[in-house]
Amino acid sequence: MSLLEVKNLSTYFDTESGLIKAVDDVSFTIESGEILGLVGESGCGKSVTALSVMGLVPSPPGRIVNGEVRLDGVDLLALSDAELRQIRGRRIAMIFQEPMTSLNPVLTIERQLTEPLELHMNMTRRQAATRSAELLDMVGIPDPEERLWGYPHQLSGGMRQRVMIAMALSCEPELLIADEATTALDVTIQAQILELMQDLTSRLNTALLIITHNLGVVARYADRVNVMYAGKIREKGKAIEIFRDPKHPYTVGLLNTVPQVEGPLSERLEPIEGDIPDLANLPPGCSFQPRCRWATEQCGVEDPTLTELTDGHVTACWEHALVNKGKVLA
Amino acid sequence: MTQTAISETQQASNGAVQPMLEVRDLKVYFPVTKGLILPRQVGSIKAVDDVSFNIMPGETLGLVGESGSGKSTAARTIMQLIRPTAGEVIIDGQDLSKLKGAQLRQTRRRLGIVFQDPVGSLNPRMSAGNIVGEPIKIHRLHQSGQDFRDKVAALLKTVGLNAGMANRFPHEFSGGQRQRLGVARALAAQPGLIVLDEPVSALDVSIQAQIINLLQDLQEQLNVAYLFIAHDLSVVRHIADRVAVMYLGKIVEITTKEKLYANPAHPYTKALLSAVPIADPILDRKRQRIVLDGDIPSPMNPPPGCVFSTRCPVAIDECSSYVPELRETSPDHGTACIRATGYGAE
Repeated sequence: MSLLEVKNLSTYFDTESGLIKAVDDVSFTIESGEILGLVGESGCGKSVTALSVMGLVPSPPGRIVNGEVRLDGVDLLALSDAELRQIRGRRIAMIFQEPMTSLNPVLTIERQLTEPLELHMNMTRRQAATRSAELLDMVGIPDPEERLWGYPHQLSGGMRQRVMIAMALSCEPELLIADEATTALDVTIQAQILELMQDLTSRLNTALLIITHNLGVVARYADRVNVMYAGKIREKGKAIEIFRDPKHPYTVGLLNTVPQVEGPLSERLEPIEGDIPDLANLPPGCSFQPRCRWATEQCGVEDPTLTELTDGHVTACWEHALVNKGKVLA
Repeated sequence: MTQTAISETQQASNGAVQPMLEVRDLKVYFPVTKGLILPRQVGSIKAVDDVSFNIMPGETLGLVGESGSGKSTAARTIMQLIRPTAGEVIIDGQDLSKLKGAQLRQTRRRLGIVFQDPVGSLNPRMSAGNIVGEPIKIHRLHQSGQDFRDKVAALLKTVGLNAGMANRFPHEFSGGQRQRLGVARALAAQPGLIVLDEPVSALDVSIQAQIINLLQDLQEQLNVAYLFIAHDLSVVRHIADRVAVMYLGKIVEITTKEKLYANPAHPYTKALLSAVPIADPILDRKRQRIVLDGDIPSPMNPPPGCVFSTRCPVAIDECSSYVPELRETSPDHGTACIRATGYGAE
């Protein structure tokens, strides 16, 4: 049994401009100790997927209309709020994008780190404080005993994100969700944090879900990749297959449009033409079809379903047999 | 028309091509004060410290650095939105930092700027046409109302928008289109150089490439020079001819794009390059990975000697006492590091 199994998850939002299917029939699994990348641009539904797993979708306007989120076989969507609180922070933890706004500015680091430990691990405040200092040390914060008594504003962005990671790891969760956790950081700090997370997942056998729009980060760290577009998973598979032999036009477009620091340098970048579609007003058929260079008449009528090509490599494209990256790096 | 205007001013001088922009020993220090009633200066933040570079007509210089490196302050100082503490910003032979009032406005016309935030940098209550045409009005570059509308329509077309969009308001445009408006506005007064302050950082990856290609096309058509500021080394690799890397207010390395990416000389540039993963798991795993410790130091209290010495993987004792100046370590390649090959030649 997989550690996390998301099955046919659909999360909709009622908005003034109409019903938005932010997550539409999404299924995936994560195993213990595995790193899964969830890739997509803004509005593709990757954050709402994470919030749905955590049971944190704001309602109204949001509602989970269908699906299952199973942690070790237990459907989280069927649990009461009280039962869910036992799991959130304890067995599943999340690191948010904004280290500035995700920490409480009027509480000390110590108070914010000890709270989950007292709550979930039945520690006394004193035990929790000792453990908190160890955690800060583990994530590479110098003078941890002293830092405990500081406030978030006294820390730099990279340090704050490390505190967030320490907090997320404090109860040794089985699943860690990092939602654009390093996007706001400088590249040298991003590298530090990602190396740290990778190291911790392999030592504690934690599963890690990396949500990002940065393909490089996914290529470097993820074992498997899910690519989302307009609320749906469009392609998934092993990282090596997705990057070396993508079989969905959107994945191909993303890979060719992103400039790289190494490899052959083309005169011009190949942009994906057009704009990201309005989620309240999606095109008929395949939602990527207006921007797709392989699109046929069928694509404008019928939405392709996910089909398995090779073991674990799945794509939703009518023309997948023709789709290829075109140029191959070195 | 712009192209001929630029080349004429160039040839007018002495036959040789003059740089479009010359920045000499630029210093921008911000005072740090203590005390509310009788503030006294207790120190200064050296946001930009002794920065010099040239940009030739039609050339793109990429200015790269992490947050706090001073790259945006440098850009704003070139535009004279911040006045420098010392140093010169020379455009068409005139030092902008010495000019004031009408004269400054007149000369500054040769510079355009595009900001990072495509939402915040456009007035939501002005129509796209008035936003793009504002520089034309300010500098009275139009003969009549019709001429103004024609000029705006031509600008919108240049950046790949429809002339009919002039009556729309910013909220009716997508992020990529808004950044196109920003570019059109920067072009309106026919500048010789455009300062692009992280112009694609706020855009989705599939839109970034559209704007980069547009900027490259415009440069080819108009021979405009760019100062392209970014924290993203991969974007700069595509658009720049030369690249300068900043750290804590100083340029630590400056050279051609080819040399910088193939043979970085400064340990900071090396670390910066290795920290950017590439989107190919097999190739990426073969690359050298340098993970720096700690954060960028506070510019209020920079370390003695080389500013990078506290995080440098190859630092020696001398690095914490000796301040390395930018020296030519190989032809057309400036590096500020005593550990770099070719630095201590003499």
